[in-house]
Amino acid sequence: MSLRNPVHCVVGLTVGFLGLAALYLQLGAQFVGLTQVLVYIGAVAILIIFAIMMTRSSESAEQQTFSRSWVAGVVIAVAVFAVLGWAIHFGAQTLPTQTATPDLPVQQIGDALLHRFVLPLEIIALLLTAALIGAGVLALQDPAGEKRGQQ
Amino acid sequence: MIVFSTTSAERADQIFVLIKHWLMGYVPAAAQPLASAVLSVTPILLVFPAIFAVTTLLERKGLGRIQNRYGPNRVGPWGLLQPMADGLKSLTKEDIVPTSADHWVHLCAPLLLVIASFLAYAVLPIGRNMVVANLSAGVLFFFAIGALVEVAIFMAGWSSRSKYSLLGAMRAIAQMVSYETPLVLAGLVAVMATGSLSTVSIVEAQAQYSGILPHWFVFTPWGFAGFILFMIAATAESNRSPFDLPEGESEIIAGYYIEYSGFKFALFFLGEYLGMFATSGMAITLFLGGWSAPFSFLTWVPSYLWFFIKLLGITCVFIWVRGTLPRLRMDQLMHFAWRFMLPMTLLNIVAAAAWKFFPAGIIRWVACALFLAVAFVLLTRGLKRRGEIQARQYRFAE
Repeated sequence: MSLRNPVHCVVGLTVGFLGLAALYLQLGAQFVGLTQVLVYIGAVAILIIFAIMMTRSSESAEQQTFSRSWVAGVVIAVAVFAVLGWAIHFGAQTLPTQTATPDLPVQQIGDALLHRFVLPLEIIALLLTAALIGAGVLALQDPAGEKRGQQ
Repeated sequence: MIVFSTTSAERADQIFVLIKHWLMGYVPAAAQPLASAVLSVTPILLVFPAIFAVTTLLERKGLGRIQNRYGPNRVGPWGLLQPMADGLKSLTKEDIVPTSADHWVHLCAPLLLVIASFLAYAVLPIGRNMVVANLSAGVLFFFAIGALVEVAIFMAGWSSRSKYSLLGAMRAIAQMVSYETPLVLAGLVAVMATGSLSTVSIVEAQAQYSGILPHWFVFTPWGFAGFILFMIAATAESNRSPFDLPEGESEIIAGYYIEYSGFKFALFFLGEYLGMFATSGMAITLFLGGWSAPFSFLTWVPSYLWFFIKLLGITCVFIWVRGTLPRLRMDQLMHFAWRFMLPMTLLNIVAAAAWKFFPAGIIRWVACALFLAVAFVLLTRGLKRRGEIQARQYRFAE
């Protein structure tokens, strides 16, 4: 955690997710980009937000957050950036600049999911529906147990 | 087609599209993408805040009538200038930020809320050929934007450093997360019926007529159930009564925006109403046929007028519900989402899938309606037997 306040970290993370989604959208992958927003901001970031609000960790840390691992982190970040920059600078000529964008990406994803990957899709769908109904069943049983406990 | 000649009716229908094309003719080719975006976005930025201003007056008047009083009637004739007075007042008020507040997050929260609320309008087809962005995953875009609103509410509630704000934000996020699932699942049936995630194709699939009646999804059993469930979830998503716990005035004063004043407060108000219009617009798009006319002999009326008439109708229902129903308790709210809404939306998806496989005709209509009715009765009976649904008890008001 480089920022002192966990909430600032969450907001930063959300901005990061949004940036990644924007990259996907820029590349013409609408479905992936929007799912990125829906899942990572709508679910993951909100889950972290809940964790922060439920625990009292939203208060900023008292002690200094400087640590020695920062130096190593900065070195690694600079190295990664340098390698990426080098690769992009020298790799740009060899690669084709334009790739054909598919006409109906969502339709293609749907076709692929329901023809080639239909079995994994069905298994995942069953698992997720079971999880959803399971959550509902848990919510159904909770107060009955509480009442029994009270009696 | 009957009253006016085809050409003049079509011209009235497409007038805004034609104006845009005419204006684009004066723009150099290099600037055209930017100019096109500006010309598409500006009307939305102007029209919907104007509707917001009118709606605040309509709501205060309507609530007043429901509660046996007049409502605002001092500013201008019949109080018509009240929204302007309110707007000027909020502009001139001092902007107070609590000393212990997190200034940057405190400032960004209302901006993010309004931006996210406006973004949702990008995929709403307001009239024939009148949509800002015809995304092939438009419905997905709409629901993804809802996630940003939750983040904005959290930022507002947390950064104010007030227990009321934090409580309000926690309530709001818990409620919005719980009701987002039924909202998406209820809207899914329209996507299943159309076979497309694009809002434009969903409306076009409904803008056909057999006899004089349109093919709106609300006229099918699963569409009707889906519309009702969608509207209930939409009421909860936009934090309106009877699901207005996040801002319950009598408990936590105003919830997550209690520490905001002046124009930032007005921005929250604006964002909330924009969200309400956007979800209503989505309900119109998914179930009420978008811009299509309710009868085939009324297709000469410009398509955008139908959209706004439907929006006005839904807004009036929202006001009516707000004036009629008392607020739920937090546990009632959660139980309603997870025990009634969720199973009912799942069963509705089953009904919509069955509809696809039955041959067209009266039989599938009756079969699907019967299935949904039996499911509804069994579900509510089951919940009642378990003591989940009870008659409301008034402990202090007998």
